[in-house]
Amino acid sequence: MRTVSRKARAELPGRFGVYGGRYVPETLIPALEELETAFHEARRDPAFTAELQRRLRTFCGRPTPLYLAGRLTEALGGARIYLKREDLLHTGAHKINNTVGQVLLAVRMGKRRIIAETGAGQHGVATAAAAAACGLPCEVYMGVDDMERQALNVFRMRLLGARVIGVEGGSRTLKDAINEALRDWVTNVRDTFYVFGTVAGPHPYPEIVRAFQAIIGEEARRQIVDVEGRLPDCCVACVGGGSNALGLFYAFRDDPAVALVGVEAAGRGLATGEHAASLTAGSPGVLHGAYSYVLQDAAGQVLPTHSISAGLDYPGVGPEHAYMKDTGRARYVAVTDEEALDALHLLCRTEGILPALESAHALAHLNTLAPALGRDKLVVVGLSGRGDKDVHTVAKAAGEDLGDRR
Amino acid sequence: MSRPRAAAGTRRSAARPAAARASAAALRDNRLVRALAAARMGGRRVLVPYIMAGDLDAAATERLVELLVAAGADAIELGVPFSDPIADGPVNQRAGFRALARGMTLGRALALVARIREHTGVPLVFMTYYNLLLRHGLAAFCRDAVAAGLDGVITADLPPEEGDALVAEGRAAGLATIFLLAPTSTDARIRSVAGASSGFIYCVSRTGVTGVRDEVPPELAELVGRIRAATETPVCVGFGISRPSQAREVARYADGVIVGSALVGMLEEDPEDLGRVGAFVRDLKAAVSGR
Repeated sequence: MRTVSRKARAELPGRFGVYGGRYVPETLIPALEELETAFHEARRDPAFTAELQRRLRTFCGRPTPLYLAGRLTEALGGARIYLKREDLLHTGAHKINNTVGQVLLAVRMGKRRIIAETGAGQHGVATAAAAAACGLPCEVYMGVDDMERQALNVFRMRLLGARVIGVEGGSRTLKDAINEALRDWVTNVRDTFYVFGTVAGPHPYPEIVRAFQAIIGEEARRQIVDVEGRLPDCCVACVGGGSNALGLFYAFRDDPAVALVGVEAAGRGLATGEHAASLTAGSPGVLHGAYSYVLQDAAGQVLPTHSISAGLDYPGVGPEHAYMKDTGRARYVAVTDEEALDALHLLCRTEGILPALESAHALAHLNTLAPALGRDKLVVVGLSGRGDKDVHTVAKAAGEDLGDRR
Repeated sequence: MSRPRAAAGTRRSAARPAAARASAAALRDNRLVRALAAARMGGRRVLVPYIMAGDLDAAATERLVELLVAAGADAIELGVPFSDPIADGPVNQRAGFRALARGMTLGRALALVARIREHTGVPLVFMTYYNLLLRHGLAAFCRDAVAAGLDGVITADLPPEEGDALVAEGRAAGLATIFLLAPTSTDARIRSVAGASSGFIYCVSRTGVTGVRDEVPPELAELVGRIRAATETPVCVGFGISRPSQAREVARYADGVIVGSALVGMLEEDPEDLGRVGAFVRDLKAAVSGR
């Protein structure tokens, strides 16, 4: 069989080893090519970069601090733990880094309408905020089950002027919201910009989102060298689609002494099948325009997923993570809902910080990692978002009814 | 919008002419290729109805194919359902989810083709999504498909840049690989799709997903003209063609007309009323034939 050689593929733009690519309906190909060209032109334009930097500083609140979690370090009895505080950003998570960049790109390209998908609602809120700040109308697709779980974020998007469109099809969660956003884009491709939320999707999205999120690791690298005089031994971040993890990892990719660990959602346990651990328990396939690890059945149908964290509840993952897994540059583990909840409570009590349930997955892995590394080691954890949005979920898990839930 | 192709679009175009030459031999006996060549030779336009394999159930799909053939279908497109059909509108999505709920898979769709093949020679084409083919294995799929009696495959989310392996396997096995063109396609993309396509080129009538629409876009004739100027491969038009009047208009400039959602919607409304389905397809056939 004359397949395309793996080596040749690795050198192609839009490929990470065999992963990535552009598996979308023909109608979108010219739009993706246009986006790719516009993105590369914008990156070379000092005016664009200056405007992005200005907005990141004055609108989003960058740079974010690198915080020494002294009491958590003490509680776990091992490596010194630093938190990269993306939770302090405007709208409450790292998502705004990317949406501000993409919406500025949309303005530059003369697009008149913004669409986005959202799972937990964080990317939707961040897109709505960026679109409002640039004066563009915004429509956000969201699975109706997620709208129920994340009613607060639905209302936040509406306050920010976005129209939230409920998606009834399929499993009514993030993957179906992406399907519907892609259908909208196929239909209104000429004047619409699709602000994609993670490092997945067809080329060039994995590259664009990584570029806008790489600032997390760039800052963290400078900050840890400033305070400790050396690089960390390990970086840890949660992985759903993988944007916050890749954003943190990317600046350390050529530092072989820095271990990179992605933490996926094991949900109710990998053995139950109710999880969202695409890299840990999935296999290569094509979903949403890219070849990467996918949770799928023997016939190639994409499986339903579960995670207590809506932001990790996705059966795919960015193709560059698939590549980093296969090459061994990063390793990927999974923690359960329960472990994530415990980690959330621990951070609240030891540090006075309420993390998002997504970020709590990364924290949960520290229970084993920090003691194993030992006291002379340094760990940087991506604290991707704050947990205000998750208070109802956490209360429910603890058997408490806050009374005002729909 | 219409800028030169970026790097991704030009990747392996150099390899294509040789592959295209090699194709001719294995595909010569393909029913779809023969039927469309004969139609063009005779100045006839073809009608290609689409139904979802396993909507209702496999036995019903088998009976429906017979009915479509009797009503004048020149080839039949069978949808193979996928969990995440990004190119489909609500009608075909619902049909796909019904078929999935009844357990339809790529393997069962191939078994269905083998049963249909026992009593008809009509060209049969799958329309599906790439992950199902990948999972089956591209070489195994092409081999199994031809053994079952399938003639071609349309992969809604596979542009030609990503299609080299499928094209090569299809050509080796004698399975036509049908790629799509859209109103946004540049002339460079038309050449690239033409190079990878066998059987026919699927011209999408408008930007959007499958579904019923009221009008034929005015710029469609120009698009089909551009495609036909660039290639000898027949051009069939689909997406949104739902009435005999539209089919008649499109048949003036295209080799064939594909009708999907209108038919699938009719079956959704009343799966029992096969008389209505048959009459609709006969009207479409008459329209396509200029009658």
